[in-house]
Amino acid sequence: MRRKKKIVAMLLAGGQGSRLGVLTAEKAKPAVAYGGKYRIIDFPLSNCAYSGIDTVGVLTQYKPLELNTYIGTGSAWNLDTMTGGAYVLPPYSVGESGEWYSGTANAIYQNIGFIEQFDPDLLLVLSGDHIYKMNYKWMIDAHAAKGADATIAVIPVAMEEASRFGIMNTDDDMLITEFEEKPARPKSNLASMGVYVFTWEKLRKYLKSDANDPDSDSDFGKDIIPTMLAAGEKLYAYEYGGYWKDVGTIQSLWEANMELLKDDPPINLYDEPWRIFSRNPNEPPHFVHEDAKVVNSLICEGCRIYGTVENSILSSGVIVERGAKLYDSIVMADTMICEGAQVDMTIIDEQVVIGKGAVVGEANDPRQTDKEIAVIAKGMEIAPGDIVAAGKEVRDDS
Amino acid sequence: MIRDAFGIIYAGEEITNLRELVDRRTVGALPIGGKYRTIDFPLSNMVNSDIRSVGVIVSRNYNSLMDHLGSGKAWDLSGKGEGLFILTPFSLRENPGVYRGKVEALKSSMDFIRRVRHEYCILAGATSIYNFNYDEMMRFHVESGSDITVLYHNVGPEHSVDELYWDVFLDLSDEQRIRGIEINPTHTHLTARSLKSYIMRKDILIYLVDECFSKGEHSFSENLIRNNVDRLRIMAFEHKGYVGMLNSVPAYFKVNMDLLGSDIRKELFSSTNRIFTKTKDSVPAKYTKSANVKRSLVANECVVEGSVEDSVLFRDVYIGKNARIKNSIILPGAEVGDDAELEYVILDKNVNVRRRSRLVGSENHPIVIGKGDVV
Repeated sequence: MRRKKKIVAMLLAGGQGSRLGVLTAEKAKPAVAYGGKYRIIDFPLSNCAYSGIDTVGVLTQYKPLELNTYIGTGSAWNLDTMTGGAYVLPPYSVGESGEWYSGTANAIYQNIGFIEQFDPDLLLVLSGDHIYKMNYKWMIDAHAAKGADATIAVIPVAMEEASRFGIMNTDDDMLITEFEEKPARPKSNLASMGVYVFTWEKLRKYLKSDANDPDSDSDFGKDIIPTMLAAGEKLYAYEYGGYWKDVGTIQSLWEANMELLKDDPPINLYDEPWRIFSRNPNEPPHFVHEDAKVVNSLICEGCRIYGTVENSILSSGVIVERGAKLYDSIVMADTMICEGAQVDMTIIDEQVVIGKGAVVGEANDPRQTDKEIAVIAKGMEIAPGDIVAAGKEVRDDS
Repeated sequence: MIRDAFGIIYAGEEITNLRELVDRRTVGALPIGGKYRTIDFPLSNMVNSDIRSVGVIVSRNYNSLMDHLGSGKAWDLSGKGEGLFILTPFSLRENPGVYRGKVEALKSSMDFIRRVRHEYCILAGATSIYNFNYDEMMRFHVESGSDITVLYHNVGPEHSVDELYWDVFLDLSDEQRIRGIEINPTHTHLTARSLKSYIMRKDILIYLVDECFSKGEHSFSENLIRNNVDRLRIMAFEHKGYVGMLNSVPAYFKVNMDLLGSDIRKELFSSTNRIFTKTKDSVPAKYTKSANVKRSLVANECVVEGSVEDSVLFRDVYIGKNARIKNSIILPGAEVGDDAELEYVILDKNVNVRRRSRLVGSENHPIVIGKGDVV
């Protein structure tokens, strides 16, 4: 028998993130790299660790291999404790029938057995898609103080952007009166962050009845929240004021990275009491050669730089050879930019080789910033002298 | 490895020539190469040779070493029943807790040595860095019918002998048998310098340590090895790669500078034998628009706004605007203010150099600023 837990977290990490194109061709969105040494999932996992939540189920489905390997026992996030842990929960078969997770709520429903082992009072539902630092403890306290059945974290967004989000309309006490998914004419600017605290007993009831509804998509936003509202349950919004970034598109991923190069970045990664945990590769310090030029960039350990790097972010083990020039780009681990190659406004995935003298992202004018972002998929080789146009996606078509 | 072995690293050596750098730490805990500590090298060498149990003998000021080693997990040495064992001083009736030599230290560690279930013992020190796999040395040891095999490197014919160092030179026969030993010679024609790393059977080690100890002999090289060159078959095995000796401040400076050369860096860090160390959750290094870095090693979490040349920056170092750093080694947490100028300087951990300060040493006499000082 496992010990009773006050709270269990379930992290939805099965999404493909199809708008990230070739970056998520071989891995789920939460495994996508950010800021040189992080992956998106480091943020919710670190938040859990700092919020005193030691039992985290990670629901995987789409291309889970990389994510499973990355999470391991959860030791990188201090989650390998005696009574807690990080549990990777892929869909499994029951008797004759195997079932995929058909929606976010269905993923939780299929793991009721896992959750019940801990007999929790509360369930924290998280998504693995966002970059943010949040103390869930405060939200859990608010949930208890209000006597809520569910508490949904919200963040104020610009009114003109509100129609892109799930919007909560609340009364003065933050009691949610209405939930609108991507409303054409939003009445409020409080957008759902995809972070929910549920009183477990209540949620279990709604999950079970939802499972019996053949017309439901079994999605928290579309189905569970509206049903609970309609039934008169007490749903409260919890306003979060910090940095929160959905990195769901190539553009937003690029922007979120580039924000780190500002003199005063909107997210503080140096925060001592809230240091983001990640798996730390064992690499020597990076080396900068006498012919190299590195300005306004983030460089990880294990890189070797002989060429020019400007306004860029390099993950570990990237090699920039002599005469190669890199501008406004994000380069993921173990990629090699060969002699004389030029890369501009490009996101390059892991283990790519940009051949000698190749031109990626048409770098005629490195100062032009309104160009489209080129993307090179994992493991691709750009032949020497090849030209890849701005905004182009290069992937293995075979 | 062709024989089953455990390791012992003697991290009790005291090298006063390292001055302030070892005031509060042992040589094994000395930061090196931007993110490592000296002991990472012997430890990784053992792990890369498939050794699963390693005892580390410490004697004084071992706080920072223990802090670094932790459970041994960073070296994959935290398995069940095996792993890393830190052997702290053990006050015997005969000693007051401070070792008079390696023999005494080994005598104090007998409980560990008797308990580990491996036939062979590999001994190493923690005062030099090199990347070495013991597989071939063990093969040589077994095939040559050796009782003790000593690892050495060739210092070349034009080496100078510095009497300040505790160097051991080996006189070798054509078949690599050790005929004699010169300890700390002022003049010698010998070029095989012992790396003070040995392979021998555990029962031989126990016998010889007991024998030396009973005669009141405490020095490993002088007593245990030299007195036995005729009685035992003591062989030598050459390490042909790079060796960085950490036996004085200029030597420490030189070893760090050596790592800026691509061949040595490649040999130490890019070979199949990886050097492991405790990693931290540190942010990638940040170069601002005014940064200008040439021929340097830079660890994570550094923020560079000034210019850095031929230098090694450890983790979490800040270099202010217009600061000029040349030929310097900056240990973790140090801060160099705007417009400061450093040349041939070693800043220990958490040193703060105020803006517009100027410190200039020389290659043979680098300036060392002690841990936490404000300049």
